[in-house]
Amino acid sequence: MSRGRVVAIVPAFNEEGALPGVINGIRSFDPTFDIVVVDDGSTDRTAAVARENGAAVVTLPYNLGIGGAVQTGFVYAYEGGYDVAVRLDGDGQHDPADLEALLGPIDADGADIVTGSRFADADCTYRPPLARRIGIVWFAKLVSALTRQRVTDTTSGFQALNRKGIALFARDYPSDYPEVEATVLVHKHGLRLVEVQVQMREREHGTSSITFVRSIYYVLKVTLALLVAMVRKYPTAAEERSGR
Amino acid sequence: MTPVPVSIAAAIASVLLLLVVLELIRGRRLKERYALLWLATGIVLLVLSVWRGGLHTLAGWLGVSTYPPAILFAVAILFVIIVLLHYSTVLSQLDDQNTLLAQRLALLEARVDAVREAEPE
Repeated sequence: MSRGRVVAIVPAFNEEGALPGVINGIRSFDPTFDIVVVDDGSTDRTAAVARENGAAVVTLPYNLGIGGAVQTGFVYAYEGGYDVAVRLDGDGQHDPADLEALLGPIDADGADIVTGSRFADADCTYRPPLARRIGIVWFAKLVSALTRQRVTDTTSGFQALNRKGIALFARDYPSDYPEVEATVLVHKHGLRLVEVQVQMREREHGTSSITFVRSIYYVLKVTLALLVAMVRKYPTAAEERSGR
Repeated sequence: MTPVPVSIAAAIASVLLLLVVLELIRGRRLKERYALLWLATGIVLLVLSVWRGGLHTLAGWLGVSTYPPAILFAVAILFVIIVLLHYSTVLSQLDDQNTLLAQRLALLEARVDAVREAEPE
């Protein structure tokens, strides 16, 4: 089975502690994967640790936020001519062992983008704190209604993409809380999105970048962005080929 | 009470503001991040222009008994100040980032030049 050249994109902001585990996990899953760590303006030894562990490193001159950092990885994958990209967060919450399930639909050409969902199976056991759960459920319901497709985990950043998916996200990727809006983007461009059940680990190091006060602002902003994304004009397929 | 023409004019102006902001977002000329404050401005002004009783009550609380629409001006100015202050912080951040980018670019050019010179012809 050949899936072509694969790159693992690892966005990391001050994750020197968790990064070696993430990189070695990816390598033990498949040593042929290239690994690129996008260091989002970290103030600790994130970039040095990534290099010591043999990953390619792209260091952003200042903190762009998760959307800008991840998109840097997609541009890297696009310009590097990779056939498939997987994205795992640098904090270690995504288990590289789940990559097999994530890559399944890509290998079978049944999807352009595969998202690892914590809630795809009805009997899953993961229970995030209440405030986060409300946000997650709200976005899942809203996105499901807007895209007329059952989406259970719109905030998951655990993804696998084929060349079409890489090309889309390299050109156009939202900035704050990007995964939610990106789901609508995928739908609008007619790409195939599939969810597979994964486990997510508790954060190993660092703290979540989303605090309670900011979460209200994010819910408002992202809800607005979602509604706007539905009525926004997008380039046609022909324009897409000529661009970038 | 607020004169009816004032209420109508204020409501139309608020709706126009909201429509312009929404169209700017749709056309990708305004990011949602910077649109939220404008939308809040439009919505608050629209509510205060349409809900004449509310404006009257608010004016009473603030001791403006002679001309309630003055409160509309006050609220509008308050929001404009908030938006401007917000922009000042955004501008300051962009200023810092721009400096950093220029420095990184200059250092990168110096490194590229050094590598080029070291290369044999």
